[in-house]
Amino acid sequence: MIDSSKPTRRRFLVRAACSTAVVAGLQGARLFPAAQAASVTLTARGPQPVTMTLNVNGRAHTLALEPRVTLLDALRERLDLTGTKKGCDQGTCGACTVLVDGKRVNACFTLAIMTQGRSITTIEGLANGDQLHPMQAAFLEHDGFQCGYCTPGQIISAVALVHEKRPLDNASVREWMSGNICRCGAYPNIVAAVQSVAGGQA
Amino acid sequence: MNPFRYAQATDAGTAVTTLQGDRGMRYIAGGTNILDLMKDDVERPTLLLDITHLPLRSIDAGPHGIRLGSLATMADVADAPAVKAGFPVVSQALLAGASPQLRNMATIGGNIMQRTRCAYFRDVSQACNKRTPGNGCSAIGGQNRNHAVIGTSDHCICTHPSDFAVALMSVDALVHVRGAGGVRTIPIAAFHVLPGATPNRETVLEHGDLIEAIELPASPHARNSAYVKVRDRASYEFALVSVAAALETTAGVIRTARIALGGVAPKPWRSHEAEAALIGRPVTAETFAAAAVAATSGMRGYGKNDFKITLTQRTVTRALEHAGGLA
Repeated sequence: MIDSSKPTRRRFLVRAACSTAVVAGLQGARLFPAAQAASVTLTARGPQPVTMTLNVNGRAHTLALEPRVTLLDALRERLDLTGTKKGCDQGTCGACTVLVDGKRVNACFTLAIMTQGRSITTIEGLANGDQLHPMQAAFLEHDGFQCGYCTPGQIISAVALVHEKRPLDNASVREWMSGNICRCGAYPNIVAAVQSVAGGQA
Repeated sequence: MNPFRYAQATDAGTAVTTLQGDRGMRYIAGGTNILDLMKDDVERPTLLLDITHLPLRSIDAGPHGIRLGSLATMADVADAPAVKAGFPVVSQALLAGASPQLRNMATIGGNIMQRTRCAYFRDVSQACNKRTPGNGCSAIGGQNRNHAVIGTSDHCICTHPSDFAVALMSVDALVHVRGAGGVRTIPIAAFHVLPGATPNRETVLEHGDLIEAIELPASPHARNSAYVKVRDRASYEFALVSVAAALETTAGVIRTARIALGGVAPKPWRSHEAEAALIGRPVTAETFAAAAVAATSGMRGYGKNDFKITLTQRTVTRALEHAGGLA
């Protein structure tokens, strides 16, 4: 006879597994949603380092990173790709702009663990050997920087702007580059550089 | 950021059940709000459940409107031809928010869930009833230039930061939410709640509820709509005041009107007073001026934000000129 007021062995196992996952935080521990314990399980990883593979500039890198590591820190601190800059680290300056699957994003607000299986392009991945990307060459030609700290993010963002086929009048370029702040105020020359490349491809 | 565990959701039902079982867990999609708050120690989740692999990304347009998957990005929705044509206010509001990079990341479901930009909320050394109930409010009597002038309480005077949600108010959007009892539909006007004595509660959602889609019902006023946002710089800034205006007119007379305000209230604010001043009236500058005054009835400043009341009137007028074709 089963006393329904007491936990069954099955319920006990589910609860025990759940609290193990939550409290101990074992890597690879399973979460057992109470209502669907029998059918679907989720695998939780971390908070200790987790093995993951990031595809950066066409190369696969296998790393062990905690889930809390941002793509920005993974690039700079683990892969020595320091061209991508840390400015504000809170999504307001654009210095950390990279391409993920061809789209510009802020690497400071991207968890590295969430970019597995996606294609990441940084400023180091634009040139073809010693041959600069046209946007890099245009920033040099138009003197589109002063101190240079925001420049990698500006160039990545500008490459994306051209790819997105945004309008090329001054106001539109400024609007579509507004996610990249330049404290030196090189904006007029940045706009000229963007327009020269985009116009050349039109 | 605090250490946390990470898991990927493989189906929506399991995601909801998982979060319901543990208030320390949070969803992550675009990450632009939750990671920001985690870096400031405002949020310290034990686990982030990544929902980006759920099939909630599609934008489906039909004769009766558009269904936007909650994981569609701000950029996806802003650029969608059906949104631009049928709901210009929605596209304009999305493009007035954040930056191109953030719009590529942030999802529309996360957008309407984003937390206030009140500096006191984001600074854990300051008093904030929203962050820590019973803690007090540093904004009342503090640096409140950016704060609300209507819908406030003695516990909280923050503003809601979303432009998109303001636009949704003007087109009668519906939010489809999966919770414990399956999927339910919540009109956007009933989605956010005012702070009252519990400013920590911002929406009618329960912990674990998952937004699956936002529906935009087709309507004549939605087609005839505009968003105007006034801010301290030309781009990439939150609103001081914003207005979503939508009008249906017949032979120069206003049949249907929606006026929603951003930057002035703790939730996207619909002004029924302004709408009443428009319906049945001719499309003229005089009508718009009267509606602009009506929009500010009940507003009161807290010292440094008094200017928002006058600014609201001017912004309502400008938005109506755009929506009504007088601009």
